Amino acid sequence: MLADYLPSLFEGTLITLSVAGASLTIAAALGLLGAAAKLSRSRALRTAANLYTTVIRGVPDLVLMLLIFYGGQVALNWAAQRLGHEDYIDINPFVAGVATIGFIFGAYLTETFRGALMAIPPGQREAGLAFGMSPARVLIRITLPQMIRLALPGFTNNWLVLVKSTAIVSVIGLSDMMQRAGFAAGATQQPFTFYLAAAGLYLAITTVSLLALNALNRRYSAGVRWAHA
Amino acid sequence: MNMNDIATLTEAPGTPTPALPPQGGGSGTATSAVAKLAVTDIHKRFGAAEVLKGISLTANAGDVISLIGSSGSGKSTFLRCINLLEQPNAGTIALNGETLTLTRDRDGSLKAADAKQLQRLRARVTMVFQHFNLWAHMTALENVIEAPVQVLGLSKDAAIARGEALLARVGVAHRKDHYPAHLSGGEQQRVAIARALAMDPEVMLFDEPTSALDPELVGEVLKVMRDLAREGRTMIVVTHEMGFAREVSNHVVFLHKGLIEEEGDPREVLARPRSERLRQFLAGSLK
Ligand SMILES: Nc1ncnc2c1ncn2[C@@H]1O[C@H](COP(=O)(O)OP(=O)(O)OP(=O)(O)O)[C@@H](O)[C@H]1O
Ligand SMILES: [Mg+2]
Repeated sequence: MLADYLPSLFEGTLITLSVAGASLTIAAALGLLGAAAKLSRSRALRTAANLYTTVIRGVPDLVLMLLIFYGGQVALNWAAQRLGHEDYIDINPFVAGVATIGFIFGAYLTETFRGALMAIPPGQREAGLAFGMSPARVLIRITLPQMIRLALPGFTNNWLVLVKSTAIVSVIGLSDMMQRAGFAAGATQQPFTFYLAAAGLYLAITTVSLLALNALNRRYSAGVRWAHA
Repeated sequence: MNMNDIATLTEAPGTPTPALPPQGGGSGTATSAVAKLAVTDIHKRFGAAEVLKGISLTANAGDVISLIGSSGSGKSTFLRCINLLEQPNAGTIALNGETLTLTRDRDGSLKAADAKQLQRLRARVTMVFQHFNLWAHMTALENVIEAPVQVLGLSKDAAIARGEALLARVGVAHRKDHYPAHLSGGEQQRVAIARALAMDPEVMLFDEPTSALDPELVGEVLKVMRDLAREGRTMIVVTHEMGFAREVSNHVVFLHKGLIEEEGDPREVLARPRSERLRQFLAGSLK
């Protein structure tokens, strides 16, 4: 019974992984921008970043997902019509899912990155400047490597939660692991079997990630006493 | 003062740059043609508080200048204005006769008009910090080769050879592959001195290099600094070590509330202080 649906489940696993991977890329980019904005001199940027993280962290992921998917659809079509476009445009659920999850986790990573940047003693950056490095070189050689190692624990947590959050893309019609499991559960009347299989697959993804990220953490925290930060 | 002969800062560090024909010995308080470092009339405000009220200092080749003064007198702020880690509100800074071009920042303080010129100056006026500020994600040797490779463009092999020799000189060669967190304070500060030396600087700035050390580790760092002074390094040292100020430096400057209260030959100034303030300060820090 399970075997009949395994190929489908594995296909769903690939979709889940692509959604997670693409979302993470967007989230990391937004997180870096958000952290830079929060620590910038410009009050406008700081306010915008604070608004972003406050709103995102205060609204459930599912609500945001539906808002962005349906709201985005309405907005897109309104804009398209204004531009003289006749046909109704459907947002691709993959794009909508990735955009939403990326947007949500960008807010969480903003906090992670901001915390990591603030944890770097100012003397580290200052020493770079004092030896004639340009601010850009200081960023690349000193600040970012130290930020990565300080951000890794928080980053790891966010990734695990992000992987699990991808399950909500099934509500907007994406055939991810969760949707496939739900479909098989309905068709076979064996919900326990299939949701257990889905749980096992999520666990497998997160376990492998955890092992990989721990290895990365060991590499980046060479020589750190406070690696458990 | 000469206006920016930016070319002088483009040369390899350590190359003597006699902008004018050299005259006299050029060391000590004797007036040489062009001072290595000439800082004039530095003013610095933090908000409403004026922390530096016009401080000038000239260092000729081989000078070892000690800056002393009670806590809060502005010693660190002045030292940090020299390489613009702190932006002064007024004043000029010249290295080998080349004046750093400054321009007003939005908050009214002065910043470098030409970022490249500032970077060249910083590469040639290196700093040793009170809390070492070694880069935590790099080993001792990586710390020492970082700026020579990244800033001076030295090849990695050449930088490593130079770095290992310098670590050996300051007595920490055996710790070269260790990270700062696994070194004692004295070892960290000696690595930091090697890092500053690796740039082959014109002038070295020290901000209380032994204040963060356990008493038993102070000696090893002071010994390295004595050796540097002996070999003719030009150094400006903020210090609470009166022994060092007296025995090693050839000029001592006593700061009080953002002004130079008294300065001169340490044997003279420290033995027979003219101002009451310096007398009190010395009485309080008898060593
Ligand atoms: N970034 C800053 N913002 C505001 N005030 C500052 C700042 N840095 C220094 N100050 C103030 O400027 C004054 C001079 O400080 P500075 O650190 O130069 O003193 P110092 O002579 O080095 O003292 P110490 O011996 O304690 O190191 C102090 O009153 C200090 O509180
Ligand atoms: Mg100080």
